[in-house]
Amino acid sequence: MIAFILRRLGGAVLLVFIISAVTFLIFFGLPKLAGTTTDDMAARFAGKSPTPEALAAIKERFGFDQPLAVQYGNFVKAAVTGDTYDTGVEKIDCPAPCLGYSFRTNQSVTDQLVDRFPITLSLVVGAAVIWLLVGVSIGVLSALRRGSLFDRAAMMIALAGVSLPIYFTGLLSLAFVVHQWGLLPPVSYSSFADNPFKWASALILPWITLAFLYAAMYARLTRAGMLETMSEDYIRTARAKGLPERTVITKHALRASLTPLLTVFGLDIGLLFGGAVLTERTFSLKGLGSLALDGVVGSDLPVVLGTVVTASLFVVVANLIVDLLYGVVDPRVRHS
Amino acid sequence: MKSRPRILAASSAGVVLLGLGLTACGGGGDEKTADGAGFEAAVGKVVNPSDKKGGTLRMAISSDIESTDPGDMYYAWSTNYVRLYSRMLLTYASKPGDEGRKPSPDLAEGLGVPSADKKTWTYKLRRGMKYEDGTEIKAKDIKYAVARTFDRAVLRHGPSYFSNVLDAKGYKGPYKDKNLDNFKGVETPDDYTVVFKLKDPFTEFNELVNFSGQTAPVPQDKDKGERYGLHPISSGPYKWEKDYQPGKGGTLVPNSNWDQSTDTNRKQLPARIETIAGLNAEELDNQLLKGQIHVDLAGSGVQDNARKSILTDPKLKAQADNPPGGFHWYNPIDMKVVPNLECRKAMVWAADRDAMWRAYGGDVGGEIATSIMPPDVEGREKGTDYYTKAEKGYKGNVEEAKKSLAACGKPQGFETTMIYREDRPKEKGVAIALQQSLARVNIKLNLKGFPANTYTSDQAGSPSFMQKNNVGIGTFGWLSDWPTGYGYLWALSDKAAILPSGNVNIAQIDDPQINEAWKKSYTTVDAAERAKLYNMIDDRLRSQAAYMPNVYAKSLLFRPSTLNNVFFHKGFGMYNYSTLGVTQ
Repeated sequence: MIAFILRRLGGAVLLVFIISAVTFLIFFGLPKLAGTTTDDMAARFAGKSPTPEALAAIKERFGFDQPLAVQYGNFVKAAVTGDTYDTGVEKIDCPAPCLGYSFRTNQSVTDQLVDRFPITLSLVVGAAVIWLLVGVSIGVLSALRRGSLFDRAAMMIALAGVSLPIYFTGLLSLAFVVHQWGLLPPVSYSSFADNPFKWASALILPWITLAFLYAAMYARLTRAGMLETMSEDYIRTARAKGLPERTVITKHALRASLTPLLTVFGLDIGLLFGGAVLTERTFSLKGLGSLALDGVVGSDLPVVLGTVVTASLFVVVANLIVDLLYGVVDPRVRHS
Repeated sequence: MKSRPRILAASSAGVVLLGLGLTACGGGGDEKTADGAGFEAAVGKVVNPSDKKGGTLRMAISSDIESTDPGDMYYAWSTNYVRLYSRMLLTYASKPGDEGRKPSPDLAEGLGVPSADKKTWTYKLRRGMKYEDGTEIKAKDIKYAVARTFDRAVLRHGPSYFSNVLDAKGYKGPYKDKNLDNFKGVETPDDYTVVFKLKDPFTEFNELVNFSGQTAPVPQDKDKGERYGLHPISSGPYKWEKDYQPGKGGTLVPNSNWDQSTDTNRKQLPARIETIAGLNAEELDNQLLKGQIHVDLAGSGVQDNARKSILTDPKLKAQADNPPGGFHWYNPIDMKVVPNLECRKAMVWAADRDAMWRAYGGDVGGEIATSIMPPDVEGREKGTDYYTKAEKGYKGNVEEAKKSLAACGKPQGFETTMIYREDRPKEKGVAIALQQSLARVNIKLNLKGFPANTYTSDQAGSPSFMQKNNVGIGTFGWLSDWPTGYGYLWALSDKAAILPSGNVNIAQIDDPQINEAWKKSYTTVDAAERAKLYNMIDDRLRSQAAYMPNVYAKSLLFRPSTLNNVFFHKGFGMYNYSTLGVTQ
C-alpha cells in the first residue's frame, strides 16, 4: 500500500510539473508566437501612454526580456527553494512553495492562494454535502420507483439542473431570494471562525445553486447505477436469502453503485477546490476561482500559473484519495 | 424611501430590444416624485444637502481599484476616491457645475505661481497640515511624492507627466537613488515652499498638478514602494482601518488629525466607509437600486438591465442622472494603413452615424459627436462636420463616398480590417454598423474582436500590429486628463505621442501644422488663445479624416435616496465622493 501511495505521489509531482510547463507555454509562449512583443506585455502593466523608458523599466523588472526557459526555470526554482521580491524599498521573502509574485496586487501568489482557499473550501464542502445527500437520495428513490411520477418529475428537474448554467440559476436565485422576497441578506462572506451563523447564511444560496447542478448529475448517475445493480444476480440471491429490503438496498445495491460515483466525485471535488469560477463570480465570493479569473482578465500571469498548478494539484490528490477509497467501498477491489 | 424591488435578470435579447425602444424615452424629462429629487437633479446642484454625521457609506466596484496609492493611479474615479484619504497640493473644487472643473488649492495656499518663462512653478504650503499620526506635512514630503513617480517600474499605473516635464537630469527615482538631494526637478527652499523646475515652458502646469493624486504627500520613512498602496498614510478626512485587500476591498474610518476648517473640498460625515471590490456587476446594480450599496465607484453608470429598470420606473428615474461622462467614443483611422486622404474621406462619408449612435444606446447612451473634444472641455467649439453630418437619422452619403473613392484611385472600393473590444457589445455594434454602411460603397471591413485587457497594448495601441494586420480603423474612447484641449487632444495628435505600445495616437497622425500648434500652445499664456489652438488641432484631425467622431458618452448614474450631498462633478465625470454622507 505504501509503495502504491509513493508511486502515485511521484506520478502526481511529475503531472503537476508537466501541467505547469504547459500552462507556462500557453500563457507566456503562445502570445509571443502570435506576435505579442515584450513591449506589448509591459504595456499591459503600465498606465496610459507609457514612454519607451517606462516599458523598458517594466520589462527589466518583470524579466520579460529573458528567454522563456530562464523564466520558467525561475518559476520552478522559486517553487522549490523560495524567492525574494523587491518592492522598491524592501525585500519580501516568499518561502517555498513560492508560486510567484503578482505585479497587479503586489502580493505573493502563495499568500493569495492561502487567503482565498478557505472561501472555496467553505463553498465546495457545503455544496458537496447537499448534492450528495439530495442527489444520491433522489437517485436511489427514482431507481426504486422506476417509471413513477416521482421518478419522472425528479429526472426532469435533474435534466433542468444539468442544463441550466450557474450564472443563470445564480442570478435568478439572487434576484428572487435576496432582492424580490428578501429571504436572505446579500451574499457577503464572513469566516466560520468569526461568525458561524453569518458564514452559513452568506453561503446558503451559493451552496444550493452549486448543489443544484451537481445533485442533478448525481441523481441521474445514482439512478442508472442502482438500476443496473438491482438487476444483478447477487441482489436476487440476497433477496432469496430473505434479507430485509433495506439491507439489500443500502448494504448491497447502493454500495456497489457508489464506486463509479466515487470516481466522479473525486474529479468534481478536485476541480472545484481549484476554483468554482462561475459560482464564485456570480455570488462575488473571493475564492480561488475568482482569483484565477481576475488573473486571466488582468493578464496577471503569475496568478494564472499559480491557480492552475494548485487546481491540478487538487485534482491529482483527490484522485489519489478516491483510488484509496475504492478498497473501502468495494470489497471486490480490496480482495483483488 | 423604499424602492420597488426590481429583478434585473432579464434576458439579453429582451434587454437589446428594450434598449432600442428606450432611446425615445431617455434624455430630458423632469420626472419628480415625493421619493426622489428628480431626474438629472444632481446635475448642476446638490441633492440632499446635509451635514448629518454617522452611518456607513458603502461603495462598490465590479472590478478592483487599480491601486490605492495616490501616486500610482490614473482612472478618474480613483483620483475622485483618493480624496477621501489624501490631500494634494491642488485639487478640483468640490462644486457642481463649471466651477468643479477648475483647479483649487488644497494643501497649497493658492495656485502655483509661474516664473516669467513658465519654467518654474512655486507653491506655498499651508502650515499645520497633518498626517494621520499627527506629524506635520512638510514640503520635502511633496518632493518625495513626486520623486517616486519617476520610477516607472515600481509606480507603473499613474501618469508620467512629472517624469516627462520636470528637469530632473536623468533622475531614476528614490528607489534606485536614495539621496533625495539628487532629485533636481523639485526644490524645497524651506519647509513650506515647493518649486517645480520644468525642462520647457508649460502654461497648464496647475492643471497638471491638480488632476492626479501624485502630489499627495508621502513620508519617505513610511514608503513601501509598490506595496505602499496597501496602506497609504492619510492626510485626508479618512484613514485606512487595516490594509487594503486587493480584489476584496477595505474600510476607511475618520482621521482625527484632519481639520475641516482647512478643507473646503471634503467632509467627514459617515462613521465608516466600506469599499467592496469584485462585486458582480448585476448584483452591484441590484444592491444600488435597493440602497444597500450607496455608490458604484467606477462612476460609469449602471448596466443594461438596471438601465431598463430605472428608465421604466418613475420612482427610480427620479433618483437618476444622465449627464455626459466626458468620454468620446470615436473611431481612429490609421493614416499609415490608409494613407490616402480621399480613401479616408470615403470611409467617413459612407458611415451611418445614426446606426453608430444607436449602438451606444441612443439618447440615453450619448450625444452624436461633432468635434473630437467633448463638450465639457473648456473653450471647445462645436466645429464643422467634415464629410459627415452629426445628425440623428443621418445614414451617410453614398454618392460623396463614391466620389472620394474615385479620387482615391479605388473606385471599386478596398478592403481593410476593423478591430474592437469583443467584450463590449456597444463597440461591436458600432463595428457592425460601419461594416454594413461602408459595404454600400464596396469598402470591405473585416471585423476582428480582441479582449479588452490586451486591446490598448497589443492591438489598437500597437502601431506595428495595426500595420502588419492591415487594420485601417478601430473603436476607441478617450477621457481628458484635465478638461482643456491639451488634456484631451495631446495624446491623440502630437507626433511625440506615437508610442510602440500603449499608443493612443492610433491614427498615427504626424501633421506639421498640429505639431507646430502644440509647440506654440506651451508658451501661450492666455487660456482663450490656447483654446483657439486646440480647436484648430481638432479641426485638422477631422479635416484629415484621422478620427471619425461618434458619440459623446452619457452615463446613467443612480443615487439612492439615503445618499446625501450628491452632485455630478464635471472634473471627474461622475458624482463627487469627497463630500458624501448617508442617512441611516
